[in-house]
Amino acid sequence: MATEPTASPTETAGSPVEATGRRRIRPADIGWYLVLTALSLIILFPIYMLILRALSNPLEYVKQGQPLHPVDIEWDVFVKAFTEADLGRAMTLSLLVTVIIVAVQLITSVLAAYAFAFLDFPGKTAMFVVVIGTLLLPIEVTLIANLETVRNLGWLNSLQGLTIPFLATAFGIFLIRQGFAGVPRDLLDASQLDGYGHLRFLFRVAVPMTKPIIGSFVVIAVLGAWNQYVWPRFATDQRTWQTVQVALRSIGSDRVDRLNIGFAAAILAALPRLALLLFVQRQMIRGLTAGAVKG
Amino acid sequence: MSDLPTAEAAAEDLALPGAGAQPRRTGGRRARDAVMAYAFLAPAVLLFAAFAYYPLYRLFWYATHRQPRFRNKEATWVGFGQLWDTLTSNDFTSGLLHSFQFMVYTVPLGLGLGVLLAVAAHRRLKGIKIFQTVFSSTVATSVAVASVVFFTLVNPEVGYFKDVPWLSLNNPRSAMFAVALTTVWQNLGLTFIVILAALQAVPDELTEAATLDGFSATRRFFRITVPLISPALLFLAVVLVISALQAYAQIEFLTGGGPGDSTETLLYKIADPKGTRSLDVRSGLSIGLFALTAVVAAVQYSLLSKRVHYGD
Repeated sequence: MATEPTASPTETAGSPVEATGRRRIRPADIGWYLVLTALSLIILFPIYMLILRALSNPLEYVKQGQPLHPVDIEWDVFVKAFTEADLGRAMTLSLLVTVIIVAVQLITSVLAAYAFAFLDFPGKTAMFVVVIGTLLLPIEVTLIANLETVRNLGWLNSLQGLTIPFLATAFGIFLIRQGFAGVPRDLLDASQLDGYGHLRFLFRVAVPMTKPIIGSFVVIAVLGAWNQYVWPRFATDQRTWQTVQVALRSIGSDRVDRLNIGFAAAILAALPRLALLLFVQRQMIRGLTAGAVKG
Repeated sequence: MSDLPTAEAAAEDLALPGAGAQPRRTGGRRARDAVMAYAFLAPAVLLFAAFAYYPLYRLFWYATHRQPRFRNKEATWVGFGQLWDTLTSNDFTSGLLHSFQFMVYTVPLGLGLGVLLAVAAHRRLKGIKIFQTVFSSTVATSVAVASVVFFTLVNPEVGYFKDVPWLSLNNPRSAMFAVALTTVWQNLGLTFIVILAALQAVPDELTEAATLDGFSATRRFFRITVPLISPALLFLAVVLVISALQAYAQIEFLTGGGPGDSTETLLYKIADPKGTRSLDVRSGLSIGLFALTAVVAAVQYSLLSKRVHYGD
């Protein structure tokens, strides 16, 4: 996050920081450190509890009256999550589903965005309305009917069933179209005078010039696909076709003495997303705030 | 959540259809451009037709037909009366009520805490980045992971807070609040990031000038900062409302809809994991959810166009 050192609304102007031009800890700051630390502890407490419960032997932990430190630590719980809870298979499936969805979404979005940004054709407004309209039809609304379709096609418990309903996205089309709007039209005219076609202009000029926005889209799309729950929950009824998120569901119904394996699985399931976020924080923030702080 | 920025983009686009058209192309090129455009749009549009619009048609079809007892028999048309019955049933009303309850618990609290965190972390301090990273950390969780996290806190048998009455999942009066807290916590990272970005965009000169004019800190905050970050707050409000309408995993993980039906939201009744409702009822409920989604979009659109007319 770009944190320009700016005076906060509740701070008085002309503080020593501005006078000397460098940061040093003032007595008044100590109060803020206390507030910030308290807030941090509240936010992190649930995560701490998850780690604590994953490491502790579940029966011993309850027996000792649920203390705030781990009890009877079992480090092999993470290994068990992979072997007994079959997390490795679930992660591979999730990865595959995510890669397919994001790769195809990227293609369908770039092509459609190009048509809206650079081409004129009869029915453009109507097509735009068709795309906007899908914003009112998220998978939660169409769940029941799509399930019937997928069932009739024999796609329950299949890679097609998990991916095909998500291969086009209005979000991607709009975001990338906005990116294309920043590509000067003169460039298109020039490239056409040179005898280049649209495909060539798209992949040689428009896409390279829009890389940052396309990058943001990919990050958001990966997070979205990896985190899906409702659709994969109902489009599968066999354990072998459960994605990571759906596989976590079994923790509640599992035996109490094995609860820690489910907790460990949840930690492992969050790691890929955490890693992605640490690497691509900038793209993610740009994507997340795209609608909020647009100029 | 990822659908939302587009609604705003869409609002802009409606005002400028066919932006950038230059009328100096020759007839042959125009025709070729049109063919190219349809070819480029075809994959997305066909997918939308099959998995967004066709299902909408099917929902209405199911809602107006009686399903046969056996799959090999034909369904029979019974008309919109059946849909009307569904949308006026206690099942729908209670689902709607629970969805609103979820919204009331998550939206104001989520926004308020987001503002609190952002204001606290928007200052010059040594090591402030560490706090900012901690505050945005819940972005790393998915709904399912967040639900497991709160399972360790509020589960009636093994949860750390199982004896705290206002977080009890066994009491129909507190269960929804405990479930909603999962969502508040999970969305904190997003709300914090967006509000902090908005705060950082507020020019220093404005707050400094207001200080010189003798505005108190509270007055500065509500008269200058809040109006300037209101677009971000509006955006988040819509995101949180939609995420409340789409809440599912946290309910399934924590309560399974209970106790009674006290945590069965509209979507939970539609998804119906225990399989207690018929296809026509669930389709009718889906149409209700569709209408609700449309209302949210309409409200968002009207607020946005207002901002365009009178705002910055």
